[in-house]
Amino acid sequence: MFEFCTDPETLDSARWLACYLTTGKHANFYISFGTVLLLLAITAPTALAFGFGGAMAARSRVWPVSWLGKAYIALVRGVPDIAFFLFFVIALDQAFEWVRHQVLCPDWDQPIRQGNDFVVCAAAKLPLSSAPQWVHEVYGFFVAVLTFAIVFGAFSANVLFGAMRAVPRAQLETAEAYGMSRRQTFWRILVPQMWVYALPGLSNLWMVLIKATPLLFLLGVEDIVYWARELGGTANPRFTAYPHGDWRTWYFLALLVFYLLFTRVSEIFLERLMRKLTHGQATTGGMAQAKRGGA
Amino acid sequence: MKRLIATAAVLAFSAGMGWAEETVRLGTEGAYPPWNFINDAGEIDGFERELGDELCERADLDCEWVTNDWDSIIPNLVSGNYDVIIAGMSITGERDEVIDFTQNYTPPDPSSYLALSKDVNLDEAVVAAQANTIQANFIAEKGWTLVEYATPEETIAAVRNGEADAVLADHSFLAPIADEEGDLVLLDRQERIGGGVGLGVRESDEELKKTLDAAIQSMKDDGSLNELIKKWDVATTF
Repeated sequence: MFEFCTDPETLDSARWLACYLTTGKHANFYISFGTVLLLLAITAPTALAFGFGGAMAARSRVWPVSWLGKAYIALVRGVPDIAFFLFFVIALDQAFEWVRHQVLCPDWDQPIRQGNDFVVCAAAKLPLSSAPQWVHEVYGFFVAVLTFAIVFGAFSANVLFGAMRAVPRAQLETAEAYGMSRRQTFWRILVPQMWVYALPGLSNLWMVLIKATPLLFLLGVEDIVYWARELGGTANPRFTAYPHGDWRTWYFLALLVFYLLFTRVSEIFLERLMRKLTHGQATTGGMAQAKRGGA
Repeated sequence: MKRLIATAAVLAFSAGMGWAEETVRLGTEGAYPPWNFINDAGEIDGFERELGDELCERADLDCEWVTNDWDSIIPNLVSGNYDVIIAGMSITGERDEVIDFTQNYTPPDPSSYLALSKDVNLDEAVVAAQANTIQANFIAEKGWTLVEYATPEETIAAVRNGEADAVLADHSFLAPIADEEGDLVLLDRQERIGGGVGLGVRESDEELKKTLDAAIQSMKDDGSLNELIKKWDVATTF
């Protein structure tokens, strides 16, 4: 990057470090922070949507729907994350390709499953094998988002399901007394009031989600932990212009700082949100707020 | 005339089936120097990078490189996320049941032990190896105490900080480390395991396997493979 970087061996330590920290490999490391943040930014709302759907389904009076919602919550929560990420993603990818195969290549005569192999016609490949690498990476990223959303959706469905039941019965009965339909009661009374009960559970999930991102590498997405391990590992002078010993401690220390800062910022934000949601609620917190003259 | 049509048909058919217009995706680990690693520029480099590029050129394939975690490298191949494994993978009967191998591009090569001192009694020692490797299998079969790690780097770190007494891995991987670090030494004992390193392809990809086999053979025949092996010092030559 800098002009003096052509011959790192001759440099003093400050310049050496400047060159070292600006190699292409380090650029990948810095970019991966963006990848992780982007993943979180997309996954959190998606997972919440999955959770909301799951909780609504589980509460449904139509029993197949309720059964489906409950099965989703129970099954996904019960399967270990790592098993989910190793096998489910491959299955998901194959499911997409299978559907495309049925649609795009109806006159294909070979079986799709050949022993261990999963073979679909070239046109059904997702992404097409002729697509440039970045398309594959974007696709991998979205499969990752979807998988995270399904897993964390199940947990948040459980939290929301509980929160919906925690809203005082009196509130709902009052709504009914005013002549609101079930739907109106749900959207106007239940949903606005449940968030205060859901937030502690959801904020926990958010913290867990932040730390779950190293699972990304199982999906082929190179995340910050992968690069920290890769960069921190012993660098032999035969294979790099910047040889060094086992520096993983330093890289992981940097990650530690990143994660701690990130969780701290999240905590502050969630605390504010909690205060806002508590406002005017018929909970202990809401009453206390009113007494202090917060209204 | 009839023959002409037949020839034309064969030509058209083979052109249609030809691999040249399709992209072949090469999957590697990127953490096993000198075989494959990520260089300073953040690109895949090493013996297998050069080998793969050369093979693709000879076979007239359009190739794309991908990195993948070692543990899931076979599942991702069979489900079609890439088409070839080129990651220093030794040919073994167990793996051959799941995927197919081309002919080997390095001869069967010794595995070495790296330890803090020369006098390690392997029968009582804790030996480290990367998970799902021929070395890990070997130690398990011997009945020694095995500790497995996900990456090659971690196996070395385990020896350095005393979690393991020795690490068993390909000689070519351990030798540069022993050269560089004074406190780590190679044991005299070596093990002959594995049938050499080959490219892994799906069992249903018969045609790709043949194409790559031919390309490897042509590199063996003109000696360029031996040169490449010597350049990167990954194994003995053919």
